[in-house]
Amino acid sequence: MAIPVYAGPWGRAQAAHLVRRTMFGATPADISNAIGKGLSGSVDALMGAIPPPPEPIAYLKTGAVAEGQPWTESTYESGAENVRLAFLQTWWIDLMLNQNFSIREKMSLFWSNHFSTGSQQVKDARYMYRQNTVLRDLALGNVKDLVREITFDPAMLRYLSGNTNTKKSPNENYGRELQELFSIGKGVEVAPGDYTYYTEDDVKAAARVLTGWSDVQSSISAKFTAGNHDVGTKTFSARYGGRTIVGRNTETGARQEIDELITMIFDQAETARAIVRKLYRWFVDYVITAETERDVIEPLASTLTSNNFEIRPVLQELLMSAHFFDNERVGCAIKTPADLVIGTVRLFHVPDIYPDDNKLMHWAYRTIRRTMGTMQMDLLTPPNVAGWPAYHQAPTYHEMWVNSDTLQKRVKFTNDLMKDGLQLDEAYEKSYADVFVIKDWLRDPHDPAKLVDDLIDILFPVAILPEQRQSLIDIVLEGQPSTAWTTAWAQWEGAPDDEALRTVVESRLRNLLKFMLAMAEYQVC
Amino acid sequence: MKRRTFLRNSASAAALPVLLNGLPVTAFGRSPLLDALDAAPCEDRVLVLVQLNGGNDGLNTLIPLDQYAEYTSARSNIAIEEAKVLKLTNEAGLHPQMTGLSQMYHNGLVRVVQAVGYPTPNYSHFRSTDIWLSASDSEEVISTGWMGRYLEHAYPGFPAGYPNASMPDPLAIQVGSVISPGLEGTTANMGMAFTDPNSYFNISNQNTPVGVGRRAGTELRYIRDVGQQIERFATPVRNAAARAKNKSTLYPAVRTNLVADQLKIVAQLIAGGLKTRIYIVNHSGFDTHSYQTQGGPGNPIPHGTLLEQLSIAINAFQDDLTLLGVDDRVVGMTFSEFGRRIKSNSSGGTDHGAAAPVFLFGSNVKNGVLGNNPTIPQSVTTEDNVPMQFDFRSVYATLLRDWFCVDPSTVNTLLNRDFGKLDLIEGASTTSVVDQLADSGSALFIAPNPATSFVSVGFSAPQGRVSIGLFDATGRQIATAGEIMHDGTASSMRLDVSALPSGNYYVRLQHIAGATVRPLIIQR
Repeated sequence: MAIPVYAGPWGRAQAAHLVRRTMFGATPADISNAIGKGLSGSVDALMGAIPPPPEPIAYLKTGAVAEGQPWTESTYESGAENVRLAFLQTWWIDLMLNQNFSIREKMSLFWSNHFSTGSQQVKDARYMYRQNTVLRDLALGNVKDLVREITFDPAMLRYLSGNTNTKKSPNENYGRELQELFSIGKGVEVAPGDYTYYTEDDVKAAARVLTGWSDVQSSISAKFTAGNHDVGTKTFSARYGGRTIVGRNTETGARQEIDELITMIFDQAETARAIVRKLYRWFVDYVITAETERDVIEPLASTLTSNNFEIRPVLQELLMSAHFFDNERVGCAIKTPADLVIGTVRLFHVPDIYPDDNKLMHWAYRTIRRTMGTMQMDLLTPPNVAGWPAYHQAPTYHEMWVNSDTLQKRVKFTNDLMKDGLQLDEAYEKSYADVFVIKDWLRDPHDPAKLVDDLIDILFPVAILPEQRQSLIDIVLEGQPSTAWTTAWAQWEGAPDDEALRTVVESRLRNLLKFMLAMAEYQVC
Repeated sequence: MKRRTFLRNSASAAALPVLLNGLPVTAFGRSPLLDALDAAPCEDRVLVLVQLNGGNDGLNTLIPLDQYAEYTSARSNIAIEEAKVLKLTNEAGLHPQMTGLSQMYHNGLVRVVQAVGYPTPNYSHFRSTDIWLSASDSEEVISTGWMGRYLEHAYPGFPAGYPNASMPDPLAIQVGSVISPGLEGTTANMGMAFTDPNSYFNISNQNTPVGVGRRAGTELRYIRDVGQQIERFATPVRNAAARAKNKSTLYPAVRTNLVADQLKIVAQLIAGGLKTRIYIVNHSGFDTHSYQTQGGPGNPIPHGTLLEQLSIAINAFQDDLTLLGVDDRVVGMTFSEFGRRIKSNSSGGTDHGAAAPVFLFGSNVKNGVLGNNPTIPQSVTTEDNVPMQFDFRSVYATLLRDWFCVDPSTVNTLLNRDFGKLDLIEGASTTSVVDQLADSGSALFIAPNPATSFVSVGFSAPQGRVSIGLFDATGRQIATAGEIMHDGTASSMRLDVSALPSGNYYVRLQHIAGATVRPLIIQR
């Protein structure tokens, strides 16, 4: 039983909602694109195949790698490690900033958070790149395949101690998180060691299945060592129906064991639900009511199961649903730092962010990424294996993104971009958003009310009160009559190179935008 | 290291999470001891700016009684009846609805500065506002504000390390939603905007409008709550508001006079003990192109009502400050981006003009009118303007030097050059040279007048720097004789005006203590 498809009007509001939730920010061009394509066409386009990105390069000469050259297949250099990780992060920022009309980057970030892996523990950026490639390639693929890939992923083998998990000294780390975080999820502890869907014994049994694997740095791959593998029979608890997995002593046999383990987990109805809930919290809302559980999570879980764990049909159903477009779901998600930072930069052209120079670009993107980091969302460096608390920390979830510290940083970032200047790097002068990009968004910039109304439409997912709107108009007018703005804009249009005339208009636009971007309405999507 | 600098630096450190004897340093916060150590002269002085948005018609605010016939003929459709003018001196009086300000003047609480403006007037509201707030030349674009530059000088490093023990409060408060560009510093805005001290973030702290989802409403409220928490200055401001209650009974009912509402908050915050140095309030609606006297389409509130509101507001504010015992700490000043044309238009209004009077008020201002009435030409054209008699930056320079006790060379740096100073503040060192000159009328002679090709300009002025400028009828400075050092004896210079078309002009003499303007007619 599929969830009801949205059949209401398709206009700017709906198009913007879809884009804001599936990309980082929504530019007027993205919104027009979505309006033109219609709902079904937009969802298809967002999930359409796009070629894989070129591999990351060294933005500056590092160790043995020359500037502009790829480094992901060159040998490990401990001295170059930190810089390489920074290159990888810059590369991802580049993909986000220059994303096409596609859900891919947001979905890759979802998986990067889901299969949370700390680069500081992995200590080899090439590993992180390899993992990221798997996540991006399978972003809209099969979640069961993805779990299998990640189980043999060299970065994960390092991060969750899979490479030290041996028959003689089993390490439960990955076997636990595989169940607790990556698939079925931990339920209520109904009895000591019994987490409703699995038990401590299942953690131990899974760990035994997973013994014998380690990572090989020279080839960045997984290696099986038969002598380290536990060939005994693994018996799971009643939570898994008392299933057993017979031990094997060959690599093929050990892979087969892992397949059986994953299949056993995915055979449990709760696994599909857990994955759907996580998708729901990422794309829709963190509050899951009993009705939502019944009307959305349950049907989507069936879709996931009946499609043999393919993600695409589930996302398609969710993003085209009446539930997704219900007014109650609009503006209820607190923007992630990526939504805010990448979205704002995408919205307002910041010329300095796109220099034709590897080194400068790296520095600029590094600042963008670090800015997100100060707001608690750095790339490839999760706080722990559970990922960002905004997606697992009940009951506050998304609200974890906004606190007295991060809100100041969020507002400072937009203030800097609009008014005070963003220090991209010591090599740069301060950088400013080109606020005149808004010219292309506006029906009639001469009219301060229309100016404000158009900006509200583009920047805010929700309506504001007439008093708030009036206050925004007042910011433009500064106590002057409306004609003063009309005249000022016309005068500047008549002499676009006149600095004083431009400043008159520009400074007021900057004030207005600075204020709007600091409003709570800009912090949600 | 100077003691004050040391105190300031140690106070800055207090914002860091440093422990002293196991106690956070911030716990020392405001102690009477620290306050006493910190009470440097002038640091408790407050400047309140009342911005009249839209361009206030100076000639109908301060009516030139000595040229009443010319005044009425220039603006017969809006002229104020002579008998109703509230006389300040024999030559000048206030609009009849400004009874409060008139009373204050006669009680010694008002200083009027005639014809304040700048060379080369700009008639754009925004641009001229920017010129006033940045203290730039007419042709120059400066992104910082004059008050911002001052505060940056006085409180180095802001906002890093603030609030702290020596400055626990906002440096400047804009009553309203957007901080004045006048408070813009080189690295940060030095002010904070408060609509109401009890609900900072007012604009974004509204209820959720109909149509917004319940869930979105919840998250918006959450974000706004955090926003309020992080307003580090909101707490001291709210506390200050809670500590003092307004005492004057002269304030009109809330929401009937918005500028009074704003000044009422300012009085409360000053009395509540905020160390904030500058407050800015706004009074809008002065763009009286039509229906100036009675109000009408495009100009809903008559000019007289705006002036009445202003006058009531300032009078109540001053009364309140006195009752609250803080009047000694406060000087107020009104200003507008420009005045209006001398000649009224056929719609019963006035168009954008040039210089206009500035009012200073408070128990520490020198009482009286500084400068002469502007000269109203016999036959006035629609282009005729009131030329600048005092540069607005001379007013700023005076406030910085004589009210905020900033040394003259720093003032010159903050304002980009030396604008001298005027006689505005009681107890300041200057004597009122300009008043004497204005009274005797002997400062500036022009002959022949009307002139054809050459004029002799005779002047006497105090010893020091002197400059003579020639302005056309629109108030635009068209020539300057440059600056000379003057020995204090009567002098003269010859100006070649043979290349100038016939018409009305003004000669302006600026000297160290002020300025004098005289009309010059060129006729061939």
